[in-house]
Amino acid sequence: MKRVLIPLVLFIALAVFLALGLKLDPREVPSPLIGKPAPDFKTETLADPSRVIQRDDLRGKVWILNVWASWCGACRDEHPLLVDFARGRSLTLIGLNYKDERSAGDAWLARFGNPYTDSLFDPQGRIGLDYGVYGVPETFVIDRQGVVRYKHIGALTPEALKTKVEPLLAQLSK
Amino acid sequence: MRRWLISAFLCLISGWSLAQTARPVAEDPVLEARMMALATELRCLVCQNQTIADSHAELAIDLRQQIRDQLRQGRDETQIRAFMTDRYGDFVLYRPPVSERTALLWFGPGMLLVLGLASLIFILRRRSRLGAEAFDPDEADDPARTP
Repeated sequence: MKRVLIPLVLFIALAVFLALGLKLDPREVPSPLIGKPAPDFKTETLADPSRVIQRDDLRGKVWILNVWASWCGACRDEHPLLVDFARGRSLTLIGLNYKDERSAGDAWLARFGNPYTDSLFDPQGRIGLDYGVYGVPETFVIDRQGVVRYKHIGALTPEALKTKVEPLLAQLSK
Repeated sequence: MRRWLISAFLCLISGWSLAQTARPVAEDPVLEARMMALATELRCLVCQNQTIADSHAELAIDLRQQIRDQLRQGRDETQIRAFMTDRYGDFVLYRPPVSERTALLWFGPGMLLVLGLASLIFILRRRSRLGAEAFDPDEADDPARTP
């Protein structure tokens, strides 16, 4: 009996670990930024080179930072969701136009709709670097004190919006 | 005579192409070497099984440039490593720091080895205490197969 039981238990333990491992997404690297102040930035907007936005302009607001680019395929998949989400909601949704060209970015928004309150223009990806962006699109939720509360890597899904972003926004806006 | 000319020409050409490849890759080879040494310890987050030194992903190229710039500004390896972990977490380090969270990672394999050796010794000792009758006798070699 013991002869069978020990290997069986070991096998089950191994199988459980492997099954858990399969469920983990290696791309979901926990961001060290969560719970820390959002990195500072100061840059012109995509739409208007003469208008400059900096991080502290957004202090006192709960806001979402969504990293996007016209060259990014997954952003295109995600975009209708954002357009939908921003509609009929008083949401501060800041785009970060990452490593893109101004004309291409503008054209992309004109074509697919512009849900953003503003888009920051980051052609060299400097702001993206400070936010630890490595896979576009990425989405951050930042609270009134300017602290990063949530990060989503890759295209947002309806589930992520509903189960994570929406409740968090509601909680932070209280 | 013509053959001679052709081979002389080819020799000239080959020398020229060598000179092309032998051009220095960077203005500052010392800085480049330091950059590469640091880059081989850092994980590229786009292709996670490669280091920043190996990867051709755009992020890796940017980060190599970032390391170069920061070295040029006189920042040292520890500061640059901190710069990377501030943004991407300990996950970027191929040699993560020993902490509560990474204890299993660091000591797990050693523990498994000790556990394995202990059970091996345990089993061998138990078997050596058993009498010969506890084991099946050795089977005789197949006579047909012996030469």
